[in-house]
Amino acid sequence: MKFTGTESYVATDDLKVAVNAAITLKRPLLIKGEPGTGKTVLAQEVAEALGRDLIQWHIKSTTKAQQGLYEYDAVSRLRDSQLGDDRVHDIGNYIVKGKLWEAFSASPAPILLIDEIDKADIEFPNDLLQELDRMEFYVYETRETIKAAERPIVIITSNNEKELPDAFLRRCFFHYIKFPDPDTMRQIVDVHYPGIQHDLVREALTIFYDIREVPGLKKKPSTSELLDWLKLLMSESFTPEQLRERDPKKLIPPMHGALLKNEQDVHLFERLAFLARRADRQPPQ
Amino acid sequence: MFINFFYELKNAKIPVTLKEYLTLLEALKAGVASYSVDDFYYLSRATLVKDERNLDKFDRVFGTVFKGLESVAEGATAEIPEEWLKKLAEKTLTDEEKALIESLGGFDKLMETLKKRLEEQKERHQGGNKWIGTAGTSPFGAYGYNPEGVRIGQKESRNKRAVKVWDKREFQNLDDQLELGTRNIKVALRRLRKFAREGAEVELDMPNTIRSTANNAGWLDLKMRPERRNKVKILIFFDIGGSMDSYIKMCEELFSAARSEFKHLEYFYFHNCLYEKVWKDNKRRHNDTIPTWQVLHTYAHDYKVIFVGDASMSPYEITYPGGSVEHWNEESGEAWMRRTLDVYPHAIWLNPIPQKHWDHTSSIGVMRQLMEGRMFPLTLSGLDAAARELNR
Repeated sequence: MKFTGTESYVATDDLKVAVNAAITLKRPLLIKGEPGTGKTVLAQEVAEALGRDLIQWHIKSTTKAQQGLYEYDAVSRLRDSQLGDDRVHDIGNYIVKGKLWEAFSASPAPILLIDEIDKADIEFPNDLLQELDRMEFYVYETRETIKAAERPIVIITSNNEKELPDAFLRRCFFHYIKFPDPDTMRQIVDVHYPGIQHDLVREALTIFYDIREVPGLKKKPSTSELLDWLKLLMSESFTPEQLRERDPKKLIPPMHGALLKNEQDVHLFERLAFLARRADRQPPQ
Repeated sequence: MFINFFYELKNAKIPVTLKEYLTLLEALKAGVASYSVDDFYYLSRATLVKDERNLDKFDRVFGTVFKGLESVAEGATAEIPEEWLKKLAEKTLTDEEKALIESLGGFDKLMETLKKRLEEQKERHQGGNKWIGTAGTSPFGAYGYNPEGVRIGQKESRNKRAVKVWDKREFQNLDDQLELGTRNIKVALRRLRKFAREGAEVELDMPNTIRSTANNAGWLDLKMRPERRNKVKILIFFDIGGSMDSYIKMCEELFSAARSEFKHLEYFYFHNCLYEKVWKDNKRRHNDTIPTWQVLHTYAHDYKVIFVGDASMSPYEITYPGGSVEHWNEESGEAWMRRTLDVYPHAIWLNPIPQKHWDHTSSIGVMRQLMEGRMFPLTLSGLDAAARELNR
């Protein structure tokens, strides 16, 4: 069982090694990287490549570790008891399985994605230490231990909003997805839009990497934004020539809405364009 | 077998633990890195580094520990074109050596032997433990007729080597020892916020109490939670003028962005060292000053004090009365610093000058002594350490 990337996902060598290490040793894999570099998509692609189910657990600021294991629905039990329902005698009827339980009981072992773990409370990863390490937990209400028959492949993503505890990190493999270099980026574009004009991609990538170099941008455009932008360029049938004409008066690239998501960033570009115009009119002495 | 590597990482202050080392060995045993230096590099990186800030350090350590190994391992298995060998030999051999070769049966025969030797080596290496292999002999070296010790493996660039990957040091920007820049401001802000939110007491958590009471079938079940109020009060003294101007602008932006997180944030300017006057508006610094005594009396001792300055001046400006470059000061800067520190026990100094240069300026040493060592560089990790110090 080895992950080598898929038709719709370009995995770099270091990413493949990290994923395969996690698959082989059945330890969680922690993925970090700039937003929009395909952290969440990775889990979906691994699931597809290995032909396993994907169980997604999206973490919010209010998510508790316990919710991933199970929840005891005491309120409906209380209601049932007042209505005289027979179900009330078995507490097991009111245990609602969480995502981890689902992943532990599925066969063959699925891929479990714990998305944006840093969104949760600072104690959240600590509460999952044992569960992820031993892949088992204890249900107090029914007094049973749930143990994974096959250890699922756990992929965890983080946007670095909070630091994760050391004890948690020790148990994971770690991979930092760095921003793709132009060559990898070209492959990624090819995978997503096969048959796209190469000239267009080349011009678009030049503009794209130039934009990322502009100092002071609040949000640098990333892979997903580039792909959206290319889609727009294609649907509006822009030609490479149109992109190539580097008129300083038109510093803002066409359809920039897909790349610059922030009002201040657009302003920044307009200001730069304005300065370029002024420099045109008054050549330096 | 990589114990040395492990300790080198530890020496480089990368937090590696025994568990991670064992995981690496386990993964190697399971064959995750299948006989290639690249894979071994990627695997050890995924296993031992858990924070992108340490990736750069890791690359450097990996580069030094495994220097030279990559050329041995890959040079031996590479296919080497015959003409290329000939060319290399012709280029590097002296006439005497060529004569010696002739006496051994001629160049062609030699090439044949060499090829056979390469063949053997290829097989042996495929058998396993390639990069730990002790066979540090290049095929040419084995014959001993190359005075310059040209190694075939190093010249060959068919494969993109791992050594290139770590020598590129792509993760340099993520190292938190770097100075604060616009790029890092966001992260720094987050550190400051974290700092502002700490020191919490508990309060009654109403929604949780109601929920757990319902879960408890009506029995009251009180729940408490940490209080999340901003209670940190801060006084900042900025050194302004000359070399500090660019840094001050950045710091002001940083702290005013974090302003909403602090209960109180007050700032004052001074020049080089704190004396009897401070001011709030730099344009009117000569007419609109505030006596330092007034500051000390106005803000209670639970304020935390942050000085931002390069502390680079003539030592007299700190230690002698009248030492100030701008005016006549009755009392020395040292006296004023001590006075301030007595009122505010929680105080730190942030210095934009890189820490490694601190020893070259004697006034920095004097100021550090005055601050009892609580001087931190203006970097992300410096801010972190400063926040920890202030929270003590």
